[in-house]
Amino acid sequence: MYDIKELYEAESLQEAVALRLEHPGARVIAGGSDVLVQMREGRLAGQELISIQRLDELRGVRLDDEGSIRLGSLTSFSQITKSPVIRKHIGVLGEAVDLVGGPQIRNLGTIGGNTCNGVTSADSASTLHAWEAVVELTGPAGERRLPIRDFYLGAGTVDIRPGEIQTAILIPRASYDRTWGYYYKYALRNAMDIATTGCSVNARLSPDGKTFERVRLAYGVAGPVPRRAPSAEAAANGRPVDRATVEAFGLAVLDDIDPRDSWRASRDFRRHIAVEMAKRCLAESVRRCGGELS
Amino acid sequence: MKDQFRMVEFNLNGRDVAHVVDARSSLTDMLRNDYRLTSVKKGCEVGECGACNVLIDGECFNSCLYLAVWVRGKKVRTLESLAGPGGELSDLQQAFIDETAIQCGFCTPGFMMTAVEILESGREYSDDELRKLLSGHLCRCTGYENILRAVRKAMHRRLEGPAPARP
Ligand SMILES: Cc1cc2nc3c(=O)[nH]c(=O)nc-3n(C[C@H](O)[C@H](O)[C@H](O)COP(=O)(O)OP(=O)(O)OC[C@H]3O[C@@H](n4cnc5c(N)ncnc54)[C@H](O)[C@@H]3O)c2cc1C
Ligand code: FES
Ligand code: FES
Repeated sequence: MYDIKELYEAESLQEAVALRLEHPGARVIAGGSDVLVQMREGRLAGQELISIQRLDELRGVRLDDEGSIRLGSLTSFSQITKSPVIRKHIGVLGEAVDLVGGPQIRNLGTIGGNTCNGVTSADSASTLHAWEAVVELTGPAGERRLPIRDFYLGAGTVDIRPGEIQTAILIPRASYDRTWGYYYKYALRNAMDIATTGCSVNARLSPDGKTFERVRLAYGVAGPVPRRAPSAEAAANGRPVDRATVEAFGLAVLDDIDPRDSWRASRDFRRHIAVEMAKRCLAESVRRCGGELS
Repeated sequence: MKDQFRMVEFNLNGRDVAHVVDARSSLTDMLRNDYRLTSVKKGCEVGECGACNVLIDGECFNSCLYLAVWVRGKKVRTLESLAGPGGELSDLQQAFIDETAIQCGFCTPGFMMTAVEILESGREYSDDELRKLLSGHLCRCTGYENILRAVRKAMHRRLEGPAPARP
């Protein structure tokens, strides 16, 4: 038995928005894999909940009219990994969320919950940052969209306003076009573990495969919120596709990140693996682009 | 709580059922307490161990992290659905026995329901893939290897290919 004070079951998006306005103290529950655990632990005991579990219109992945990849916020991790649209255009996202917890958690956990929790170690977060995802929220005044970078306000805090529900995550065509990436999750175990550090890199090469046209990198757990690495990106953009660039890219990471000490790993160790992960991810991205490091 | 008791209609192990449930119940609570399906174990109750795993519309879920009211209109299957009408063991259960994949048995129902999802996909998986598919379960007794063998054996039998020789 959960210590739930009230459970409001929304049957439509409009009803969910109305319930959010009516009960400002209530917490949205999607898959519940964060909320129910915290309720069990006592942190959310006695909480009012608004369940959006039945809003099937928020499930699924498709290309919208502008060619953006649209992931409904209730899409589960396993649905993302299986989606043909994801496999074709942004396979790295399907791979990243396939590293969350174990199979049962991947059937339950949603991409909306993984971003709305504002957690820096969330396995989708670094890839969504590196691909400049756009977050769509629906509230009393209609829809609002913002870059994912602006959605994260601080550790555990995101920009969701009164009455709002996150309804989708979008990856614009300009972001995924001719672009391939790789995600590296460093954790203490191969399954059922939270990332010590997560690194997501993607690259677009010039048509002749000789120059890095655009390289983007984002980390989880290198700071309170997932973040891009602008110095590293600058060290690769416009540079030749070779080992020297990959080295310079890796070292420049240290100007960008500020990891913390925790029981999982020390700050020094995190800095060390951050460099190594960045290099490996870039090399693999080049390979996936069909390029070769000279 | 307002409307603390709510009607939930769903399909349980092949039968349509309707039940008034406390809205605060987890699916584990409902299956164990109201339907006496005690194959659904309470291990950690925070989604870590897989002892409470059941199939919902063909996919595995840890029923401890699932509200009972969410099963409305869905098909739920527990281990109790595996044996035949006269209590005959299924091929999967027999494979677990043959491979000594059970010691205390606490983790077994959860593992088996994941194995059902694996077998029903009709695909052949490598050992590495099977390990990953089974990674949402903890077992304190067997050391996992015999469980892997049992699932692999049942998979090959269903695919009608010869099982690879045991090392
Ligand atoms: C055993 C276990 C292992 C795990 N391992 C990992 C792991 O390896 N990597 C990882 O990243 N995560 C992991 N998690 C965490 C969790 O599964 C994910 O964060 C998941 O994505 C949360 O999604 P949910 O739908 O279950 O969220 P919920 O618990 O329903 O919600 C999470 C938060 O987001 C809010 N919210 C959810 N959806 C919306 C929405 N549409 N609009 C507005 N607010 C919303 C809720 O109010 C809540 O604050 C693990 C969890 C468990 C129990
Ligand atoms: S009891 Fe549900 S996962 Fe452990
Ligand atoms: S057989 Fe005892 S926990 Fe697995």
